[in-house]
Amino acid sequence: MQTSKKDDASSISRRGFLVLSGAAAALPASAPARTPAPPRPRRRATRFAVNGRAMVVDLEPRVTLLDFLRDRAGLTGAKKGCNEGACGTCTVLVDGQRMNSCLTLAVQCDKREVTTIEGLAEDGRLDDMQQAFIEHDAFQCGYCTLGQIVSARACIAEGHAGSEAEVREWMSGNICRCAAYPQITAAVLDVAANGGPR
Amino acid sequence: MRNFDYAVAGKVADAFAADGTDVMAIAGGGGGELLNWFRLGIASPSRIVDLGRLKGLDGIAENGDRLSIGALATLNEVGVHPLVAQHAAVLGQACLAAASAQIRNRATIGGNLLQKTRCEYFRAEAPLPWGCNKRAPGTGCAAREGLNERHAIFGWTDACVAVQPSDPVVALAALDAQMELDGPQGRRLLPVADFHLTQEQAGSGGVEAAARVETQLRPGEVIVAYHVPIRAGQRSSYVKVRERASYEYALVSAAVAVGLADGRIRQAAVALGSVAQKPWRLTAAEGQLVGQPPTREAVLPILRSALSEARPLQHNGYKVAMAAGAAARAIVEAGARA
Repeated sequence: MQTSKKDDASSISRRGFLVLSGAAAALPASAPARTPAPPRPRRRATRFAVNGRAMVVDLEPRVTLLDFLRDRAGLTGAKKGCNEGACGTCTVLVDGQRMNSCLTLAVQCDKREVTTIEGLAEDGRLDDMQQAFIEHDAFQCGYCTLGQIVSARACIAEGHAGSEAEVREWMSGNICRCAAYPQITAAVLDVAANGGPR
Repeated sequence: MRNFDYAVAGKVADAFAADGTDVMAIAGGGGGELLNWFRLGIASPSRIVDLGRLKGLDGIAENGDRLSIGALATLNEVGVHPLVAQHAAVLGQACLAAASAQIRNRATIGGNLLQKTRCEYFRAEAPLPWGCNKRAPGTGCAAREGLNERHAIFGWTDACVAVQPSDPVVALAALDAQMELDGPQGRRLLPVADFHLTQEQAGSGGVEAAARVETQLRPGEVIVAYHVPIRAGQRSSYVKVRERASYEYALVSAAVAVGLADGRIRQAAVALGSVAQKPWRLTAAEGQLVGQPPTREAVLPILRSALSEARPLQHNGYKVAMAAGAAARAIVEAGARA
């Protein structure tokens, strides 16, 4: 699988291409036009904090928080699994509350604090939920895992990790096609009860 | 989705300009349902007014002989609130049975009642390769003779056979709740059970209306609160039947509120969900339940008799027995509550 951290002339990721072509569409047409150029897309200034970093961005209101995080902020931990709120792989925290970033407009996050999976580890140390997922073998392909971990953090903070049944119910918004549910549940219960494997 | 102007409402009246097509109000921190409409082409407004920053519309409090719930309260807030557990347990259960924890953190109880059907023919991305009178008036109803396992057994017409999938609305209907609306013509109260319209009811407005008119909401109107009567000794329960244990819409559901005297039903309200385009009160059965003990043997024959009036489609006959069974279980569970 090819990944590139930097897009240069010889190698460009799909995301890079889409971002560049979107930017190009906002530039004025260079050829003489017989019909008037289309109006500039309406934008709105939005200021919010992402993983503790203050950002001021100028966005079209239709941009979802998910697309902003992935395409503009370079935070690709939140995944676009279904883009309709049915899978939970896009789960992030907004003011500490877990929600599907695909169902949230970036402009709705004005003056709010957004936390993504990238914001959980501190100084290179995995947080206890991340460690618990490793210790309990709570993932196979890993695609749902980032959303699971963010969701699990909030599940405990909400007070909904008191039993296996409660965890299964309150974590039901994160689908795992590899069916690692028993291990995910064990990891969440471990952190809730003991603060994790450490 | 097409781009739109976005404005934050400073007061409820800022949403009165919303005509539901070109200008739409987004409910509080919600908008999840609306974003999916925009992505599918169900709606494509040029302007959105966000009610999400309004203060004072998310409270849950006793208000004399009523429990008042602000329309911007989220499903999680309603679902875990002690006053709801005390006076309207069925509503708390219904809220927590809905969607996922992530969605419930944003979805509001006001917006929840304005969601649209999950019919797969309706929920397709435009342009539709089949007929749907809701999406394109006059093109027909693909579900009428198609894959209609999840569709209506009451109130449908040949123009449309969709159901209203909300869980909270079924509970509110069983609780005889009122909804408070505010709009360009002022405030009004409406029984929640009368808010949604079946296709038969909507069809009195013409052939196109049968599929297109779904509620009594007037242009520019906003749901601001629900008021639930507080009844001493009321026991209530919600039963949601679905193909998996969580995070899925109902096949059928039942909300029940009963009052008991000497171990027998003194008063009963039974509402069914996902059997029609509105919560379906079994008013005739409610009268017959009085005097019965809240046991399956006693209540099931009465409920089955009420369901005999159902008009199932080719693939959803199972809903008739399932709904009767769900209602029976809800009565038994409600009766067993302290």
